[in-house]
Amino acid sequence: MKKSRRTLWAGVAMIALTLLLLPFALSQAGTAWVRITNIALLYVLLALGLNIVVGFAGLLDLGYVAFYAVGAYVYALLASPHFGLHLPFWAILPIGAAVAALFGVMLGAPTLKLRGDYLAIVTLGFGEIVRIFLNNLSQPVNITRGPQGITGIDPVRIGGIDFSRSDSVLGVVLSGPMKYYYLLLGLMLVIILINVRLQNSRIGRAWEAIREDEIAARAMGIDTTGMKLLAFAMGASFGGVAGGMFAAIQGFISPESFVLVESVMVVSMVVLGGMGNIAGVILGAVLLAFVPEILRWTVEPAQQALFGKMLIEPEVIRMLIFGLALVLVMLFRPAGLLPSTVRKRELTQERAP
Amino acid sequence: MDIFVQQIINGLTLGAVYAIVALGYTMVYGIIQLINFAHGEVVMIGAMVAFTVINALAAAGLPPLAVVLIGAGCAIPVCMLVGYAMERMAYRPLRSAPRLAPLITAIGVSIILQHLAMLVWSRNVLAFPQIIPLTTYTFLGATITGVQITILGLCLAMMAGLALLVYRTRLGTAMRATAQNPQVARLMGVDVNRVIAATFIIGAGLGAVAGVMVGTYYGVAQYTMGSVLGLKAFAAAVLGGIGNIPGAMVGGLLLGVVEALGAGYIGDLTDLCRYGLGPAASCADGGHFVLFGSNYQDVFAFVVLILVLVFRPSGLLGERVGDRA
Repeated sequence: MKKSRRTLWAGVAMIALTLLLLPFALSQAGTAWVRITNIALLYVLLALGLNIVVGFAGLLDLGYVAFYAVGAYVYALLASPHFGLHLPFWAILPIGAAVAALFGVMLGAPTLKLRGDYLAIVTLGFGEIVRIFLNNLSQPVNITRGPQGITGIDPVRIGGIDFSRSDSVLGVVLSGPMKYYYLLLGLMLVIILINVRLQNSRIGRAWEAIREDEIAARAMGIDTTGMKLLAFAMGASFGGVAGGMFAAIQGFISPESFVLVESVMVVSMVVLGGMGNIAGVILGAVLLAFVPEILRWTVEPAQQALFGKMLIEPEVIRMLIFGLALVLVMLFRPAGLLPSTVRKRELTQERAP
Repeated sequence: MDIFVQQIINGLTLGAVYAIVALGYTMVYGIIQLINFAHGEVVMIGAMVAFTVINALAAAGLPPLAVVLIGAGCAIPVCMLVGYAMERMAYRPLRSAPRLAPLITAIGVSIILQHLAMLVWSRNVLAFPQIIPLTTYTFLGATITGVQITILGLCLAMMAGLALLVYRTRLGTAMRATAQNPQVARLMGVDVNRVIAATFIIGAGLGAVAGVMVGTYYGVAQYTMGSVLGLKAFAAAVLGGIGNIPGAMVGGLLLGVVEALGAGYIGDLTDLCRYGLGPAASCADGGHFVLFGSNYQDVFAFVVLILVLVFRPSGLLGERVGDRA
């Protein structure tokens, strides 16, 4: 017992050390890799948020990108020259999370009565509606600047530290992306902590009960409506936080970043990794987030060498891999790469006739 | 008034196409309770195949109708094959799995089909060659084109044909029996797997024709056209009552009209100057302050979908179904 605990702590220490030193190793290969890792961390945040809705509560949300978009636009509108507002980072992030949660409730409230598959379609439609509005709310009053998007979004500034510039701390040079990496890592740890605590709480067990059998859950005295709304709101608020970070890191957002494909991508991450299992979801997100980069580094040179030109764009291969991943996982390993025990039982069980 | 009639005509034409696509969704849903997400992509593949053939034959000097018919004739078997293949490979192994599994698979199939189509036809928009002479007729002060009349006529004929198939043939009886209860249907000697495959094939064939029609109507086809079209058709199927064949027809036509009227009038209705609420600077000299213009057209289908699901989840013609999660 004592020994296993010691190995556990050693493992944790190893992982922590790796995560801490990772950006330095990556920046040896080029700052671009730190940026790519940051995007992967953003996807981890998104996937963990969606995991609350899909994995814990069993509500398939195909419009999750809408909340990401809401968070990003809240940040962009409150910290850019567009309206001349420059609120500080720590003030905007909670606002973004709250507004996204509000949107989550707005989507959840009318759709709660729906069965799983209907819900999927309605959420998909909701995602499209949000995107259409973002695209068109440049008239008659220019709110979102339409397809042009919002530029010049403020980077994160905490105290005197500007996250868009390099700084040297104790003789160590930290580039902008590296600082964002640590910020995102911190956010990720907070969200993982919330997820873990939620899973084993009253709320988490209530979600699990709803997922397995809603009628039985209600009979057991669980407020199913409230719990489902809470799942929507919490999932949405994490999406909002991720969106705000996205806006700050990129400095530019437009509706094009929030298309249906992004929702599908996050769903793929959750499904591939293992719905309801936090470690699995993180694994899925990291795997799929790096796919496009790996393809860029392997498929492009390979095709250049073989055919002398690009026959198949990496973008297409990426999407084909996502599609195939969804189909193959469902066919051969329905509970994902790292399944959660309860989910595994549910997904491999035959449906009652 | 002219605009009203015109929008009704346009709406009915598009609605008829929605109805045909919606039939594909509703038949599959009725029989195995699966939202076949990839159906929109089947429609897209139909349009792309037909356009490729039509473009190749455009210069051959055949009569235009023959060219379009050959195009559709090539598209239908291709789509049927796609429909059969996805049922056989992706959905059949998951027939007894929990609901979420086939739905996620369907999303995967849809992504795969869309991007395979992109590999074959590239990102470019395929244009319909100018071979059909533009004939217009005047009807109650509105114009209706020959293409519109053909689409409407063809859709009505296909709906009638499908109704005959479902209610008057052995296959149709087997389909309805399977929809009611697959286990009992199997006990009665119905080959359930064949019936389900046949449903997918028929739906895909209808989808192919719909793809040709919508492509001909707009004059363009692209690998992305399937998803929004599919979503709207699904909304139509839900509006009529999912799983209900007459419902899909009514729902499609109704959704087309709602969308056309909505797009035609939303600009006027949300012009704040009409109500004296707009800012004076914009409203001076008959100016406008339009909150939502016709570029919100695509929102209507989703709003209808959400409203129906909230207030009457069984749809207009559907029966109340149990809430099996």
